[in-house]
Amino acid sequence: MKKLLLVLLAVMLCFGLVACATTETEEPGEGEVATPENPVIRLSTTTSVNDSELLPYLQKEFEADTGYTLEITSAGTGAAIEKGRTGDADLLLVHDQASEEKFIADGYGVERIPFMYNYFVIVGPADDPAAVADAAEASDAFAAIAEAQAPFISRGDDSGTHKAELRIWEAAGITPDPAVDTWYISAGAGMGAVLNMASEQQAYTLTDKGTYLSHELRDTLSILKEESEEMKNTYSMIAVSPEAYPDTNIEGANAFIEWMLSDKATQLIAEYGVEEYGQALFFILDDETAAE
Amino acid sequence: MEVLQETINLLFGSNPELRQIIGVTLQMSVTSTLISVGIGIPLGTLIGMYQFRGKGVLMRIINTLMGLPPVVAGLLVFFLLSRSGPLGEYKLLYSVTAMVIAQVLLITPIATGLTASMISQRYPLLRETALGIGLPRRKQLLYTLYECRSSLFSVLFTGFGRAISEVGAAQIVGGNVQYKTRTMTTAIVLETNKGNFDMAIALGIVLLVIAFVIMCLGQYLKDKSERP
Repeated sequence: MKKLLLVLLAVMLCFGLVACATTETEEPGEGEVATPENPVIRLSTTTSVNDSELLPYLQKEFEADTGYTLEITSAGTGAAIEKGRTGDADLLLVHDQASEEKFIADGYGVERIPFMYNYFVIVGPADDPAAVADAAEASDAFAAIAEAQAPFISRGDDSGTHKAELRIWEAAGITPDPAVDTWYISAGAGMGAVLNMASEQQAYTLTDKGTYLSHELRDTLSILKEESEEMKNTYSMIAVSPEAYPDTNIEGANAFIEWMLSDKATQLIAEYGVEEYGQALFFILDDETAAE
Repeated sequence: MEVLQETINLLFGSNPELRQIIGVTLQMSVTSTLISVGIGIPLGTLIGMYQFRGKGVLMRIINTLMGLPPVVAGLLVFFLLSRSGPLGEYKLLYSVTAMVIAQVLLITPIATGLTASMISQRYPLLRETALGIGLPRRKQLLYTLYECRSSLFSVLFTGFGRAISEVGAAQIVGGNVQYKTRTMTTAIVLETNKGNFDMAIALGIVLLVIAFVIMCLGQYLKDKSERP
């Protein structure tokens, strides 16, 4: 019996060791670049830049160039900003101006640095039962969906896209109530999951174009309302203030921001998706648009 | 067909990221199972063997904790380990350690509860025998554990099954960080969110294959222990 237990323990330990060994050897980012003193940057971002694979794509280049290791966690913008408030991120990459400004006003962030954008689009079934494609503005399109009581899936998760959606409803003068309006489905899920649902139920939804284009089920939904100025979706970076959290990795956060604004990174972002999807998923803000 | 192709590629192809994810998954589930069982089996045995005041209440509390929702355990550990939480200075959030802590919180009550109810059922009879052959008190405990070894293996398997299949708590406290805390289950969620269902199912099959291999190994050891 004793022998048996020893064997069992040894086997389990081996598993543990193998696992440890793999984690250490597979760690990417080693190269000729010297590792900075505080090499780990905790980046809290939104599902749209992570699910669209933009960030994993930039991560490799950034780590090879600077020797930093990026630890990316993704959630809706509301939850992503919350991780900055609790001190569990060094850096945010999010897309909701109002909550970003509040984050900085509350003393948690250093500065809001808008650097890229894409557009929100309304997607839905190709036969377009609510005739959304004929609407002049996004708010008219939403009014048409409400009028037709066509199924609409809302993120419902306090994300940047959810807040943008609520602003459009407000502009349309409609307040859909998921408790009463059965056509209005509040999913409480990330962008990718909501696109799955919309595809399954052939419903309308508001999505950023990047996530839509990189989503595997894109062919089952059509873009019905294309980009316009009011549908612009701006992404910003905010370093978490060392005054709020003294041990935050501000050097790392600044190194990432600087790298993202470099010619190389802007080139990479502008090229991302062109080959695979026939068009760019994200665009760089030039100085004029950044001033907005 | 595509699922089959993906699965075969994953199982037999060379994919360093997948190997790393499997490594994290095994490291997390094996460590948390060992710790939970290491606490739960002795604790459950003591509770099962002895009669004391408040035993009924204690058992009810343990049984309730056996149904602790993983996301609740995840949230508790999140607040505990967050930089603004009481243990924030140790910087453990979004690490394998954080996932192990959450898992131990989930699995220990299960190991304790299962052991306690099994031992309290079998102990009275075993005690008679132990007294009959004149075993001293200290040896009674070892004798009880030895006689119940096959059921204790089941406790171990149940714990491991919970650990390897866990997703809610792993997502909250692990954060699904690539090359660090991404496990098989959180990777499956990620692929599902990307609409990449073939890949998600293929990963699911790989997870089941791994669990099967480990359980076979466990079963082999269990059978061997029953025929000394």
